[in-house]
Amino acid sequence: MTYLRPEFRHPQLPVNELGYSRKDYEGALSTLCAGCGHDSISAAVVQSMFEMSIEPHRVAKLSGIGCSSKTPTYFLGKSHGFNSVHGRMPSVVTGANMANRDLIYLGVSGDGDTASIGMGQFAHAVRRNLNMVYIVMNNGCYGLTKGQDSATADVGSCSKKGEPNKFEAIDLAGVALELGATFVARSFSGDKDQLVPLIKAAVSHRGFAFIDVISPCVTFNNNPGSTKGYEFVRDHLEATGTVDFVPMREEITACYPNQTSEEVTLHDGSVVHLCKMDDKLNVRSRNSAVERMKNYKDRGRILTGLLYMDPDSQDLHDSIDSSKKPLRQLGEKELCPGVAVLQNINDSLR
Amino acid sequence: MSGIPARTPVVNDLVVKFANVNGTGSASANNLFAKALFRMGLSVSPKNIFPSNIQGLPTWYEVRVNDQGYLARREGVDIMVSVNPQSMAKDVREVKPGGYFIYDNSKPLDLRLMRDDIDFIGLPLTRICLEEYKDARQRQLFKNVIYVGAMAALINMDFSVLTDLIADQFKGKEKLIAPNVHALELGFQYAKRNFTCPLHVTVESRPMGDYILVEGNDACGLGAVYGGATMAGWYPITPSTSVVEAFEKYCKRMRIDPGTGKKNFAIVQAEDELAAMGMVIGANWNGARAFTATSGPGISLMSEFLGLAYFAEIPAVLIDVQRAGPSTGMPTRTQQSDVLACAYASHGDTKHVLVFPSTPKECFDMTAQSFDLAEQLQTPIIMLTDLDLGMNDNMSEPFEWDENRTYQRGKVFNAEQLESMSERFGRYLDVDGDGIPYRTYPGTHPTKGAFFTRGTSRDEYAVYTEDGEEYVANMERLLKKFETAKSYVPAPVITRANAKANAPVGILHFGTSMHATLEAVDLLAGEGIAADTCRIRAFPFADEIVDFINSHEQVFVVEQNRDAQMRTLLVNECDLDPRRLNKVLNYNGMPITARFVADAVSAVVNKSSGSQRKKAAAAKA
Ligand SMILES: Cc1ncc(C[n+]2csc(CCOP(=O)(O)OP(=O)(O)O)c2C)c(N)n1
Ligand code: SF4
Ligand SMILES: [Mg+2]
Repeated sequence: MTYLRPEFRHPQLPVNELGYSRKDYEGALSTLCAGCGHDSISAAVVQSMFEMSIEPHRVAKLSGIGCSSKTPTYFLGKSHGFNSVHGRMPSVVTGANMANRDLIYLGVSGDGDTASIGMGQFAHAVRRNLNMVYIVMNNGCYGLTKGQDSATADVGSCSKKGEPNKFEAIDLAGVALELGATFVARSFSGDKDQLVPLIKAAVSHRGFAFIDVISPCVTFNNNPGSTKGYEFVRDHLEATGTVDFVPMREEITACYPNQTSEEVTLHDGSVVHLCKMDDKLNVRSRNSAVERMKNYKDRGRILTGLLYMDPDSQDLHDSIDSSKKPLRQLGEKELCPGVAVLQNINDSLR
Repeated sequence: MSGIPARTPVVNDLVVKFANVNGTGSASANNLFAKALFRMGLSVSPKNIFPSNIQGLPTWYEVRVNDQGYLARREGVDIMVSVNPQSMAKDVREVKPGGYFIYDNSKPLDLRLMRDDIDFIGLPLTRICLEEYKDARQRQLFKNVIYVGAMAALINMDFSVLTDLIADQFKGKEKLIAPNVHALELGFQYAKRNFTCPLHVTVESRPMGDYILVEGNDACGLGAVYGGATMAGWYPITPSTSVVEAFEKYCKRMRIDPGTGKKNFAIVQAEDELAAMGMVIGANWNGARAFTATSGPGISLMSEFLGLAYFAEIPAVLIDVQRAGPSTGMPTRTQQSDVLACAYASHGDTKHVLVFPSTPKECFDMTAQSFDLAEQLQTPIIMLTDLDLGMNDNMSEPFEWDENRTYQRGKVFNAEQLESMSERFGRYLDVDGDGIPYRTYPGTHPTKGAFFTRGTSRDEYAVYTEDGEEYVANMERLLKKFETAKSYVPAPVITRANAKANAPVGILHFGTSMHATLEAVDLLAGEGIAADTCRIRAFPFADEIVDFINSHEQVFVVEQNRDAQMRTLLVNECDLDPRRLNKVLNYNGMPITARFVADAVSAVVNKSSGSQRKKAAAAKA
């Protein structure tokens, strides 16, 4: 099918390969607090999709409930969106993906939405290797219900409420690795240069691509004493390396002389090019990722960047051997066995 | 045996009950017995009465046989076949006076159990098996077949029907035919040699008709295949599990793409019922027909999602095979006790379209139809069956399908329609005035038709708003849509004692209360009470249901729960005076019987006519 390109375009706006401008990837005006980390992530989504020249309507964006889960309204206004119920986005994506394997599924969630109420669904979407991009906008608190500690708040971290958190934090990237996620990354809403290529790589990855994005809540958890505030994160952040997402056929930029590089070719032919700052990390090894994460954590540092990927992974459709043609496109001819077969069934029940 | 009442020969009217131990392979022998009677052209209604247990606890299989078409349970056991010492005391008590108690006399009977108003027939099952078979498993399995053989002699069944069935059953495993037939003969011959055969209760063949014998859950699974379901998300729970198992069984036979060998379906076993419902909603939102099956506890967990689907107007099909609640209740016993939980599932002002099948054919039809309804009405359709219908073999009219039938996919704009549209697409605009808006599937058109699905309030263009007027307008439209649903859902089925005038008594019923209610009408007629019936097949209630209530002097609602849930729903939704509706409630976990219904009705009728007589007498005096 061919369609007319978008009609109203400012002549000066740069366009991508499809002729769409960045505007075509934007959504409604955000109603989040000024300075909220989540808005930066929305902007990174817009930039990634624009630069990858993805047709906006080929993306389905889904979320749970929370400030973070509101963001799908603020990007990709030409995509279908689904703001579901608290913690249950993964199951809705699972069903949607089963119905039509040809769309790109972008799930957005919060740390409350994923690490507490939605932990079960998150875990099971990971282990089924559902083909989707799963972004957690992680602010260590429940923004929308006014700042209670979430399960990703570090022990001792202190939100605006002033009480240090007493309970062990759940590291969602660690959980994802443990449960068999085939693409795991961590980033920071304030580091767009790192986040954009990670989102692109996640979109190209076949299987469950998880990005835990630390995303400060300026209203409830950006005070001194909080380990999810802008200042603390900037001061403690270290990257596995710089990531370059290289679409098929494009040339790879070289690393700086003192860095080692690693390249991973994805199933669609694009390449993830990693200039490593931590040369002990092997992004193809789950154990290596787990070990490096622990190593940084023990030193009080936050390791960001691409942590692990398995480019040859099998997604849920592969595992259950379902039709290549999207199930939702099947009609009576393929689906209804007809009268003669029913007669035989009747006979077998006599 | 002095206490045995006088016996006159009875043909084709008996209840046989087998008392077994769970997990000993008795099920297939018992099925063989019931199926043979079915093939003899008789009305059979086998009931599995089983515990929530895999091995070791008592389990029963009860078969009622008659040739009047009655398919409800009937009280009173004519012949008890006791293969389980654990439950023997209770089993002896259940036999009706003049009946028979068949037991394994390889060991002596506990004399304290003796009754003098029934006959005890000793069948040395264990001894015969010890002599015939070396292998322990064979001894156990063939014991079951042997008692079926003995029963054949005792009630005069066609032996050839049994042997034909065995041949059918072991098609492809022919080696097993001879030993099974041999076991049947062992029992048959033993009975012939040692007892006066037949007993006073016997069976006699009748023309077979075109009935089928099948579990309701199997019919639901098949209905989902014919109805075009491509996705099922589910979580195992008795008594609904076999719905999805049946769907998978039929899909594996009929939904493998001949070209690629790939599956034209996807079944995902979810992590819980919340996820199962989420998957169903996600798939339907994205344009596939998806369903789930569950029972009471699952309904509780699905409630939040059901509210979302109602409010955001997403099709979904949910099959609730009801069991006895509350909580885990009696998970292997039947009830109709999720009516209110389903009608109003979720918080806020929510109500759902319900359909109530009574037979396997209706399970098939209504499952297939539910996919049309869900997409036409853009809302969840909940089908309420129960354990009795779902997990027992039920005699039913055969399945039918119209070759020219097409799926009714409801109001969906495709790419071409969107392309030619000059006005802005409004997801929740009531374009046609029936309360049903138009939707689009994700990925349809690059620039038109995208919208945001949400559980929060929104305007007609799916844009978030907390404007009170917009909210109210939307809620009113949802009510209008519910009103529209009345003309889409299955109509009630009304029977009349007299075609020309209304009987004084009107009985409302639904689902598996049908067989008992229709038979009760005959029993009541014998007592001089004429009754009409109205079988509710869907909610929202059709106007005919209210007319039926208003046009009968004494109205009864028959249901299998404690709180008269259907009655409450009628009173609430149709603004009825509760005193107009008498309750007939059976909720002990056993399928309701005609006697129970008839007694409840006649007690009220006689009481009121008694008091009327008194009043009339007082007026005269
Ligand atoms: C079933 C249910 N329980 C509670 C809530 C209230 N609630 C809304 S958002 C939220 C927490 C959101 O936290 P998070 O996912 O971290 O998102 P954030 O606002 O921090 O981005 C809660 C508890 C709800 N919507 N639904
Ligand atoms: S409350 Fe926090 S998370 Fe929510 S919008 Fe404001 S800053 Fe963002
Ligand atoms: Mg949060």
